[in-house]
Amino acid sequence: MLKTLHNQTRIQYFIGLAIGFLFGFLLQKGGVCYYDIIMQQLLLQDFTVVKIILTAIVTGMVGIYAMRDPGWINLHKKSGSLGATIPGPLIFGVGFAILGYCPGTSMGAAGHGALDAIIGGIIGIMAGAGLYAAVYPQLKKTILPFGSFGDKTLIDLFQPRNPWFVIIPVAVFITGFLAVMEIVGL
Amino acid sequence: MDILQTLSNYLSASIWPPYMVGVGIGILCWLAFLLSNHPIGVSTAFAKSAGMIETAIRGPEVRKKPYYQENRPTIDWEWMLVAGLFLGAFTAAWLSGDINWKWVPPMWEDTFGPSILLRLSAALFGGICVGFGARWGSGCTSGHGISGTLQLVLSSWIAVFCFFFAGVAVAFLMYRII
Repeated sequence: MLKTLHNQTRIQYFIGLAIGFLFGFLLQKGGVCYYDIIMQQLLLQDFTVVKIILTAIVTGMVGIYAMRDPGWINLHKKSGSLGATIPGPLIFGVGFAILGYCPGTSMGAAGHGALDAIIGGIIGIMAGAGLYAAVYPQLKKTILPFGSFGDKTLIDLFQPRNPWFVIIPVAVFITGFLAVMEIVGL
Repeated sequence: MDILQTLSNYLSASIWPPYMVGVGIGILCWLAFLLSNHPIGVSTAFAKSAGMIETAIRGPEVRKKPYYQENRPTIDWEWMLVAGLFLGAFTAAWLSGDINWKWVPPMWEDTFGPSILLRLSAALFGGICVGFGARWGSGCTSGHGISGTLQLVLSSWIAVFCFFFAGVAVAFLMYRII
């Protein structure tokens, strides 16, 4: 692990900015910072969003697990529970369809001049997050811990002798799925 | 000369192939883990910005809220990432001459008309749901949808399924049924 680099706050801010820059650049060039492209994905007419996400997952997954084996990186897994991981993302999905952007792509859309992403999206998302902070103590006491399942991964679930017995089939399955989409012309 | 020409053609193209973009984003995830020990995620920065704005308006009392105790409202790595995201998208659009100030997206206008007020109200409401839901579920399309799923985290796969399940349902309701 590059511990010395990780502890240099200023350089880290610069790396964050640089990675964000390239991320935004790719999202814009991928066409997914546009309301019409995102909406056509949700209407199952255009599969650009799914193609980009699935390709990123396969690429990312193979590299991340390959770098984890020699201890170059740590995983950063998010814990979940039925009370957190289902209702929250469902509300997110409703908003996703009405707004037509997600948090990342609303910033990207702002970059090419989409005023609905700036005035509606960015302000709305901040307001929603602030609203969540206000009700967080109540939710934490009630629904959030319900049905907690921790930060399990699919590897923990199947417990193979070697984690690659799960990673490789997932990569093959996703790649095959993308190939089928191309063949049927989606 | 040929390489420069190819590069310049790519930089000035509006759209790159989705698989190229996907591989690029995957590689950025490697770099984020390796160089910064951070996964790529966007929605936490919105929560922190909300906290910073609320603190500016209502004073330091805001920082005592339990949520902001756990997620301190300051500028951090993720916040820089989101600032970079905006600049990167702007630069990409600028290089291809695609900066267009627009209030209403074409597809919205075809179905719901050219009213700016209607589009902004919907976007604001949708945005509030996105921000609220993202924090409730601890992540958005980046944090869960890319960084979480690629680590094969169960909660992220469930979250992504819910994002798209609800998203597709509401999109069909808006454009196909009503």
